Amino acid sequence: MTVKSTSRARKKAAPGVPDPARAGVGAEPELVQLLTPEGDRVEHPEFPLTVTPEELRSLYRDLVLVRRFDAEATSLQRQGELGLWASLLGQEAAQVGSGRAMRPGDYAFPTYREHGVAWCRDVDPLNLLGMFRGVNNGGWDPNEKNFHLYTIVIGAQTLHATGYAMGITKDGADDAVIAYFGDGASSQGDVNEAFTFASVYNSPVVFFCQNNQWAISEPTTVQTRIPLYRRASGFGFPGVRVDGNDVLAVLAVTRWALDHARTGQGPVLVEAFTYRMGAHTTSDDPTRYRQSEETEAWKAKDPILRLKAHLEKEGLADEAFFAEVEAESEKLGLRVREGVRSMPDPDPTLIFDHAYSEPHPLVDEERAEYEAYAASFEGGEHH
Amino acid sequence: MAGQLSIAKALNEALRKSLESDPKTVLMGEDIGKLGGVFRITDGLQKDFGDDRVIDTPLAESGIVGTAIGLALRGYRPVVEIQFDGFVYPAFDQIVSQLAKMHARALGHVKMPITVRIPFGGGIGAVEHHSESHEAYFAHTAGLRVVSPSNAHDAHWMLRQAIESDDPVVFLEPKRRYWDKGEVGEDPMLPLHSARVVRPGTDATLIAYGPMVKVCQEAAQAAEEDGRRLEVVDLRSLSPIDFATLEESVKRTGRGIVVHEAPVFLGLGAELAARLTERCFYHLEAPILRVGGYHAPYPPSRVEETYLPDLDRVLDAVDRALAF
Repeated sequence: MTVKSTSRARKKAAPGVPDPARAGVGAEPELVQLLTPEGDRVEHPEFPLTVTPEELRSLYRDLVLVRRFDAEATSLQRQGELGLWASLLGQEAAQVGSGRAMRPGDYAFPTYREHGVAWCRDVDPLNLLGMFRGVNNGGWDPNEKNFHLYTIVIGAQTLHATGYAMGITKDGADDAVIAYFGDGASSQGDVNEAFTFASVYNSPVVFFCQNNQWAISEPTTVQTRIPLYRRASGFGFPGVRVDGNDVLAVLAVTRWALDHARTGQGPVLVEAFTYRMGAHTTSDDPTRYRQSEETEAWKAKDPILRLKAHLEKEGLADEAFFAEVEAESEKLGLRVREGVRSMPDPDPTLIFDHAYSEPHPLVDEERAEYEAYAASFEGGEHH
Repeated sequence: MAGQLSIAKALNEALRKSLESDPKTVLMGEDIGKLGGVFRITDGLQKDFGDDRVIDTPLAESGIVGTAIGLALRGYRPVVEIQFDGFVYPAFDQIVSQLAKMHARALGHVKMPITVRIPFGGGIGAVEHHSESHEAYFAHTAGLRVVSPSNAHDAHWMLRQAIESDDPVVFLEPKRRYWDKGEVGEDPMLPLHSARVVRPGTDATLIAYGPMVKVCQEAAQAAEEDGRRLEVVDLRSLSPIDFATLEESVKRTGRGIVVHEAPVFLGLGAELAARLTERCFYHLEAPILRVGGYHAPYPPSRVEETYLPDLDRVLDAVDRALAF
């Protein structure tokens, strides 16, 4: 696939556009992989991993449930229940592998697409849907599950993650932070500033880049002419490119990276090489900018199918197990559907509730004005 | 604390007290360590509190504010220094979209007790981007509090109050007054967001903050020689604004003139004029007038005296107000 798409892009490349081949799009030999797309276990000398059959089944369950939740949310958007949804389809392994590599005291700073990481942090999926339905702009307590609010301005959260990691160092704690971002965000000043701060302060933060090949309509060649993981070397810390559709490799590499960070060895950049199977969001139309052949080729690398193939080949799971996961996923879908449909609109005075944490006379005045205005309508309520 | 201190020293003492009283307070900024900051506001603090609490940062303003947000999430109380007013714009997203909104986005679950100190305003003969008055951008942003002291006492106590606030505060320091000396009292005397009548009068109210308070006091002094008694109100807090104090004064004098260095167009004076007109309509003898910078980039220093409001421009506005 990559060779084909590379040569096609090369022919079409406009003057001044870097050669896509040099962006490392086809540089798969550099990928750390522990599970082939066919479901065969392979070893990597630097990233050994021992997993029990129970752990493998648990990862499979995570992947299936996360995909189901995501599909449900997409449907709910199509039904008008959500204003927007940013699907993680195709990126389940990158998120579950890294999310499961975290310890309870570690802290994740997501973009707006890390539903799989939220799952691993035990954040209620319905909490994630509030902002997409429009009943809040985040809404959960980040410190409850050590999972920060979604951040929409691209890359801004990598600085928050780095500052949090600086605080861990000051506290003398052995927690670590993981900062999620994408290939598009790698161009942002904030991400490069976060690399700089984390590097000079030797902060315990793992920069986890899900390179899903597309920043809305822009391929990675618009962002970079070297493989993204190599950016780390210029900042003085290690970078690793991992097969982002291989949940085992992602787990092993992220676990190593978090331990590297928490043991005072400083930041790591992990580039999870994956693919955004769906649209950027439900408002996007990828048929305008990418070829279906490319998407088809990535289907063969599906993160769930390969783990399922492995479980079956090795006889580590039986039909009853798969049926059980399927039933659980149906149950989750139902809970999400009903939960979203019954999610109440907030009282309009929510507008004023949390603008400041301490009293603010202008906010109080405007709230009183609004309430008096609303009360002036018949029945005392304005809709 | 008794005795005459420069504004710079009063700020330095405020930072020292804040570092002493709360181990979670940390200072961050460019050149604030050994150098003590380009204006020496942090002089000696790294030596006494260590480079773990008085942190020299990379030259990246967005990075400074962004990492301060992360530190606040971890329970710290960061005080960041932006070296010059014109250098804050690279941090604009982190201030207005991240810092200002975090508390609301988290439905109150997280607090952002961050103080962003910025030396602001002109009049020091500087090269470009070193003389900006950008208070309206920040005052326009819900979630931020914005204050500016005009004297040593307020510089000291307002900074300590700002650092103690659980909301983010943009703290605008009148850089051309850094070396003005004044008495610093033993207690703050006013809450952070109160205005203060610094000179009583009867004929018109001059409303100013930061560096322009002194100009207005001098104008009032000069006007007195012509038999005009001008009241001067030091706004101190730009968001929220203490309208009760302003309203009481303007209703009494019947005239209000807002003076700031920032461009008049959509400056803080526009909001003050609109609100005071609403509140004082039947007491006004003249429209609320505004004196400020022009709608042009801050000029080269050889002509900045023309751009900046001075005693004569203030008195010219007083003449116009009294002529109605």
